[in-house]
Amino acid sequence: MTTSDSEEDSYDERSALMSAETPPVPSYQPEQSDPDPSAQGPVLRRAKSSERGPGPEAELDEEEELTLKYGAKHVIMLFIPVTLCMVVVVATIKSIGFYTEKTNQRLIYTPFSEDEVSVGRRLLNSFLNSIVMISVIVVMTIFLVMLYKYRCYKFIHGWLILSSLMLLFWFSYLYLGELFKNYNLAMDFPTVGVLIWNFGAVGMICIHWKGPLQLQQAYLIIISALMALVFIKYLPEWSTWVILGAISIYDLVAVLSPKGPLRMLVETAQERNEPIFPALIYSSGMAWMVGMANPAEERRQQSDAEAQEAGGSLEAEDSPDPSAGAQRGCPSGEDQEEESGVKLGLGDFIFYSVLVGKAAATGGDWNTTLACFVAILIGLCLTLLLLAIFKKALPALPISIAFGLVFYFSTDYLVQPFMDNLATNQYYI
Amino acid sequence: MTASVFFGCTFIAFGPAIALFLFTIARDPLRVIFLIAGAFFWLVSLLLSSLVWFISVQISNKESAPQQRGLLIFGVVLSVLLQEVFRFGYYKLLKKANEGLLALSQEETMPISIRQLAYVSGLGFGFMSGAFSVINILADSVGPGTVGIHGDSQHYFLSSAFMTMAIILLHMFWGVVFFDACEKKRWWCLVIVVASHLLVSCLTFQNPYYVGSLVPTYIIMFLMGVWAFCCAGGSLRNLKLCLTCKDKDFLLANHRPR
Repeated sequence: MTTSDSEEDSYDERSALMSAETPPVPSYQPEQSDPDPSAQGPVLRRAKSSERGPGPEAELDEEEELTLKYGAKHVIMLFIPVTLCMVVVVATIKSIGFYTEKTNQRLIYTPFSEDEVSVGRRLLNSFLNSIVMISVIVVMTIFLVMLYKYRCYKFIHGWLILSSLMLLFWFSYLYLGELFKNYNLAMDFPTVGVLIWNFGAVGMICIHWKGPLQLQQAYLIIISALMALVFIKYLPEWSTWVILGAISIYDLVAVLSPKGPLRMLVETAQERNEPIFPALIYSSGMAWMVGMANPAEERRQQSDAEAQEAGGSLEAEDSPDPSAGAQRGCPSGEDQEEESGVKLGLGDFIFYSVLVGKAAATGGDWNTTLACFVAILIGLCLTLLLLAIFKKALPALPISIAFGLVFYFSTDYLVQPFMDNLATNQYYI
Repeated sequence: MTASVFFGCTFIAFGPAIALFLFTIARDPLRVIFLIAGAFFWLVSLLLSSLVWFISVQISNKESAPQQRGLLIFGVVLSVLLQEVFRFGYYKLLKKANEGLLALSQEETMPISIRQLAYVSGLGFGFMSGAFSVINILADSVGPGTVGIHGDSQHYFLSSAFMTMAIILLHMFWGVVFFDACEKKRWWCLVIVVASHLLVSCLTFQNPYYVGSLVPTYIIMFLMGVWAFCCAGGSLRNLKLCLTCKDKDFLLANHRPR
């Protein structure tokens, strides 16, 4: 796509950006249906802009480096939704007792119970649980990649629509029920029916079809939070930590190794020049393909699919023309593209929130929750920095989850007794 | 107890800091990132000092109360020193990063000046320090209970909130003075900053005798505030111009008519 001259004059940081539109971003979708948490590895990708620079050199393909300011804006555009999701999860965990109640029910993905007496046995069971879970995820991912490769789009769509239906209607109904029980509010079924129907229907439309960007973002945050709450409730304690660690490693492998399923997915999508399913990915800005006839609409319809847990994928798309107000699903003329957005997969939201929520659930200490929160944000920041440097798909889970786990265990076991003693004596450091 | 104490103490403790954040930092993404990075550095310093304290407690005699108190005091001093070390480390990292980014971005001016970084990092340290000190206390203040039922001070929550506010603002001032001292290579200023931090922490050993700890802390806070104001380029003249809305540079920068 071409950059108009006016862009360059607009403002410095913009011009430094890869202003040209980007070649189509590979569509990627992590799959899975609902009750499964097959999380996909988050994938970060940076779409390259093909041109930039002053008029005469427009044909040159240069890769622009992000200026610090522009990169910082992207980081904040992701910090806010991640923070919101974590806040929703922590607020729910701390106020509604249901999600922290001990339950004997387990997901079928974690068949081994943790009610063992000996530590060794319990540890072994949690490792076995995580092996089962990760294998389920790997199988699902490979299945999805196969489906995608053999162009079974309808199947994928159907699957994604079913899973989002379940999340938006059933899980939110359960959540609402627990909320009312907790605050002892009397409510009748017809009202709840109307509420849930409206909530779910608007959600389906926003996520799978067209809707205001912020509403879509809000719905994606809500469904990520709901999914994270399900995990926090049903995954046994030690298994959660082991699974978090294992899934970060899986993510790393799946995205970076040449034969990794996610990498294959990304590459296939890139070959076919297809866009990403907006439903699986949280996008902070609107991304449009410039200069393609009927681009946005068609693509959007085609690519609408939702996955329950979308793996994380982080992509940055550059838009050549910041001035065009973009509206979703409105293919106006060529040079319309709005602010480049960065994309993060829903799976990332979910696992970040699981980590922070679990930290909030176990123990009454707010310091641990706060420490995990800061650690995750810093991990995300570093990941985005790497994205700016390497400019290709990167996994968003490993760094943040690693920091989060380190800080969880160290704050819980080392910092907490120290701070407790200080607070008892009112010493300040 | 409950809601009024909770909200009152929260606003006392975090009011100035949140106001500073909303009015000066929230609009600029770069500053927010450096704030969170500053908070992270403080957290790491706390982690290391807790680790040392924890190990020392494990190998000590847990029954003896004076020994435990001594170890706690040792922990406090170590933590203060480590915080300042990490502040210095953060300064070095920011210098390096700034130079690197300047080279990379081909612009002539840095997107954020070292003074702004000093302010933002100081506030980041302050936020995290204040949050870790007081959040659990605030959470407890929501629930039922009686303060000081066993004979302890009844002003526990209030004094904690005031102390936290002082600490947050102090960290911000220390940040500004510290970075300025490092820039101008005035090492005696650094020593004074570290010494004042140690002094403030050691004053809290007198709690619950709050007069002995809160009053000097506030005095130190005002003095550090004045010093930081001067380091940041302020002067009586600037202050007068600002307060009477006659400061042309500031007005121009904010596009307001005089």
